[in-house]
Amino acid sequence: MPNSVIRVGVVVFPGSNCDQDMIDALSAYPEVSVNKLWHKEHDLQQSDLVVLPGGFSFGDYLRSGAIARFSPIMREVIDFAGKGGNVFGVCNGFQVLCESGLLPGALLHNTSNRFICRNTWIMPEPNNSAITAKLAPGQALQVPIAHGEGRFYANEDTLRMIRDEQQVIFRYCSEYGEKADEYNPNGAIEHIAGICNQKRNVFGMMPHPERAADAVLGNTDGRLILDSLMHTLFDLPALVLDTHNAHSVVS
Amino acid sequence: MKFIAEIDIMPHKALLDPQGKAVSGSMKNLGLPEITDVRIGKHISLLVEAESETEAKTKVEKACRELLANPIMEDFSFSLKSA
Repeated sequence: MPNSVIRVGVVVFPGSNCDQDMIDALSAYPEVSVNKLWHKEHDLQQSDLVVLPGGFSFGDYLRSGAIARFSPIMREVIDFAGKGGNVFGVCNGFQVLCESGLLPGALLHNTSNRFICRNTWIMPEPNNSAITAKLAPGQALQVPIAHGEGRFYANEDTLRMIRDEQQVIFRYCSEYGEKADEYNPNGAIEHIAGICNQKRNVFGMMPHPERAADAVLGNTDGRLILDSLMHTLFDLPALVLDTHNAHSVVS
Repeated sequence: MKFIAEIDIMPHKALLDPQGKAVSGSMKNLGLPEITDVRIGKHISLLVEAESETEAKTKVEKACRELLANPIMEDFSFSLKSA
């Protein structure tokens, strides 16, 4: 058990709308103190982990995440990540990380040209990163998505680097772990749902683990992801949840 | 000196453009099946103050490269004229 409080900063941009869900999900750890970080601030308030939440920062004008990237707080986030600080982006947060250059690639319009809000299944990739370290290999997790621009894309050279450095953290799959186009909701290249950087201190994913982190909601698969991240980074014990109603499918 | 930049931003040719594809499909319904391969991008106009056209070009290029377009998915081109 850590002796001191773990500080998590959740960045709030104009148009962020999953910030409170993320705060609730992370506040469930008794050892964690969560602060909101307004995008105009220049101080990460000694955060041990910075989270960029989902939403529609700046109305998704120009491109998702393109304007948020230039918010004052992002200069601090980029600096923090450069020094090895841990940064986690979900959905719009993932888009901001790609636009910032903290993660490779980009998120394009879904091939269906529709906003998709539904559950998906994702498979953790064994890649020696904190976010997947404690997840059962081969076990698909049910985590919801809600995005119009989530089709991960990288050119062939970047994709080769992502493969070589084992930077993929999650891929879309079926309930039984099968990877095929029909289980890929947005047309993401190689079914990629989330990646990390080479140093493994910046993580981004389109699915929302914070929306599947409470037994009351009937699904705690997302909690397993948050547990892996918090346990591995900060040695926090996994939260014991009533998983009676939760999905637990082993392929 | 002030210059007006007219900027075109287009998705890379190799990338699927779902908007363009949907619009291509609707051309048939309009009775214009001759129209295909619709690609949809953005047009941005802006005013830039600079000492010379060369300097204005450098500034607009930086704006395009770092903010207005994402080189991973988009190409840009622009023209400049005196305001």
